[in-house]
Amino acid sequence: MIRQIMKGLPIAAVALGISTGAALAGKANDTLTWVTDRESPVVDPYFNRTRELVIIGNTAWDGLLFRDLKSGDFVPNLAKSYKWVDNVTLDFELREGVKFHDGSSFGPEDVIYTVNFTTNKDNGVVTLKNTSWMKSVEKTGPMSIRIHLVKPFPAALAYLAQAVPILADGHYDKAPMTKDGKKDFGSVPPNGTGPYKITDIVPGEKIVMVRNDDYFDGSPKGKASIKNLVYRTIKEMNTQMAELLTGGVDWIWDVPKDQAEKLQASGQVDVVNAKTMRISYLAFDVDGSSNVKAFKDKRVREAFAYAINRESIVKNLVGEAAEVINTPCHPDQVACVQDVTGRSYDPEKAKALLKEAGAEGLEFDIYAYRQREFTEAVISDLAKVGVKAKLNFMQYRKLRGLAQNGVTPVHHMTWGSYSIPDASACAGVFFSGGKDDPANDPKVNELINKAGNVTDLAERKKLYKEAFQIISDNVYWLPMFTYAKNYAYNKDLSIETTSDEIPRFYTAKWK
Amino acid sequence: MVKYILKRLGVAFLVALTVSMITFSLIYVSGDPAVALAGEAASNEEIEHIRKSYGYDRPIPVQYMDWLGRALQGDLGRSHYLKEDISHVILTRLPNTLILAGCAIAFALTLSIPLGVAAAIRPNSLIDRFALTLAVVGQALPSFWFALIMMFFLGIQLRWLPISRVETWQGFIMPAIALGYYVTPGVMRLTRAGMLEVLQSDYIRTAKAKGLRPLTVLFKHALRNAIIPVVSLAAVQFGFMLGGSIVIESIFAINGLGFLAWETIQRGDLPMMQAIVLVLSLFYILITFLADMLNAFLDPRIRVT
Repeated sequence: MIRQIMKGLPIAAVALGISTGAALAGKANDTLTWVTDRESPVVDPYFNRTRELVIIGNTAWDGLLFRDLKSGDFVPNLAKSYKWVDNVTLDFELREGVKFHDGSSFGPEDVIYTVNFTTNKDNGVVTLKNTSWMKSVEKTGPMSIRIHLVKPFPAALAYLAQAVPILADGHYDKAPMTKDGKKDFGSVPPNGTGPYKITDIVPGEKIVMVRNDDYFDGSPKGKASIKNLVYRTIKEMNTQMAELLTGGVDWIWDVPKDQAEKLQASGQVDVVNAKTMRISYLAFDVDGSSNVKAFKDKRVREAFAYAINRESIVKNLVGEAAEVINTPCHPDQVACVQDVTGRSYDPEKAKALLKEAGAEGLEFDIYAYRQREFTEAVISDLAKVGVKAKLNFMQYRKLRGLAQNGVTPVHHMTWGSYSIPDASACAGVFFSGGKDDPANDPKVNELINKAGNVTDLAERKKLYKEAFQIISDNVYWLPMFTYAKNYAYNKDLSIETTSDEIPRFYTAKWK
Repeated sequence: MVKYILKRLGVAFLVALTVSMITFSLIYVSGDPAVALAGEAASNEEIEHIRKSYGYDRPIPVQYMDWLGRALQGDLGRSHYLKEDISHVILTRLPNTLILAGCAIAFALTLSIPLGVAAAIRPNSLIDRFALTLAVVGQALPSFWFALIMMFFLGIQLRWLPISRVETWQGFIMPAIALGYYVTPGVMRLTRAGMLEVLQSDYIRTAKAKGLRPLTVLFKHALRNAIIPVVSLAAVQFGFMLGGSIVIESIFAINGLGFLAWETIQRGDLPMMQAIVLVLSLFYILITFLADMLNAFLDPRIRVT
């Protein structure tokens, strides 16, 4: 009887006009639909700093340079060639025949406009640090420019490749005025030179992009294969997976490990675990500004380094693409040295150190905001050596302030370096002195600041290594592991995962 | 009656004011809005820049009074994150929420009133037991879980309904059921209890004795009286659905006010959050006010007290 009813239901559904409708995603429609959980209403890489906009920025715009992920080299993109004149001057020959999506031609004026606009604080650009290292830019020929840096900045090429998309000259002149008399720069229709052009924006729902068939020859990005690219926002991971399984979307990420395993087992979609540029770390209240003074004692911090089984967390929770790290940067970042003397899992040694420091049975609050299960694993390891940590899990915006104000005895946080492949984008943030620096060790600050201003790679590595060894010896920080992400996508789709959390959809193809 | 209306309007205004003050404070308690707007990888310099640009560096009472002053003049301001006029954003997203809540309450009433009536006519019968079971399950079942179960069967297994698109009317079916089902038990039990009471009253016995047809007695005389508290409850539940659609809208990716609220809280977009709470609370107040008026109109004793 039940079977008969079930058989009859689809007919009833058709009779009622109920149907799922044609899926808009997939090979048949030559439309790649990718989904994340966050809305990106402002489609301008200088007025929105979400990860989604970093991805869209790389898809619809181009920089002067491009980072070849396989070799790690910075190769010309909108530039034809480049050279360092000295450590604060960069010369570029620009590529000819490049057109913006509105049909206008690319030239030196566009680069000059982009730099001048984005380095002007009054314009309210939200990604100020991506361009503030540039002092000025000048035209040196019909298709050549020279960039002057504020001071030596070894990560300049990385920023130019990843975080400085070039806008058309006068792009923001069309910005409408708001009621309060300010210009609304973020609402100017997008106009880049990238392999896809943005054709429709529905805030909270989708951003539609269409292949740029006039994309210039010789770009290291290559011409896109798939005609339509649609970005959708779906908050709930279960809904994202359901849509993926039914062909409503083609690509999702951040799938929890257990769900990824189930998706893989279903055989209906491809699942890949790939590394990202994000790292996880524990920071201690080294100066004793919180209500727990135990972490002023180096032996207590050292005991934590021995007590936490980072290898086990990586293996059992994070994913096979993740790895344990010993220094405050991602191993894929330029100048990120990892070969410092660290500590491996040894709970007995941890117990002995705690006893020596008189901190047996220590109780404190640990603060975290991301992947609760990772912090719970840390708490579990600490419990095994007699330390009781109580988890305070909260939003990032709350925790950042608490951490900077020294309220947290220990916080477990992460850092994605804005996908900039340079050690300065991580170590430079946390150990150059200031609110984010847990120790403000003058020697470490001096070394890190120097390493951030030297262009010779060998010298930088030497400086970082010396600084990182001091950090490790004193356990100011406990670098934990690199993050890995689970990606799941349509079986018809061929796309490479990347280590910088910037999927290159323009390289995707249908099988 | 006029005095009563003015009194209720005064209370409604005070409620709206209190809600807006609490919301404003809670957003600050939950974290620094400048950090949320700047994003995770923002430098301290960028955060400070945003704090000054958006006036978050001013004392909280000053910020609140500034917002309140403009809101009272009908200017809800501009979203710091969406970079759009808030009234425009709300007007764009409100229809989806209203449609969803409307469909959900329609589903709830269509299911619960006939079941409640049937259960009252035949107490302790199979249909009464079925109604009771439905009520217990409905109250015990979290709406997000029910939504996911429906999604699994109707979306993935049977592929009858779209999982997250509301571009067609079919897209509203699962969200409306998930949202409406939660309300069903209350309405059904109230209908049943009201009908049971009314059916035993003297005037119904008189109507039957006069030889009126059973259906006329049931619908024209009994249900008409028993439904009065149900109408009040439905009005309140409709208000609840407008605000309570946050979870359902997030699950089904419906671009409505609930989804916007969720996103806004995460971003720390203070003026947007204030406006959403104000609009939702005004809706709720309006509906409750209308329900109070209806009750007062139907029952003169309320006007006196």
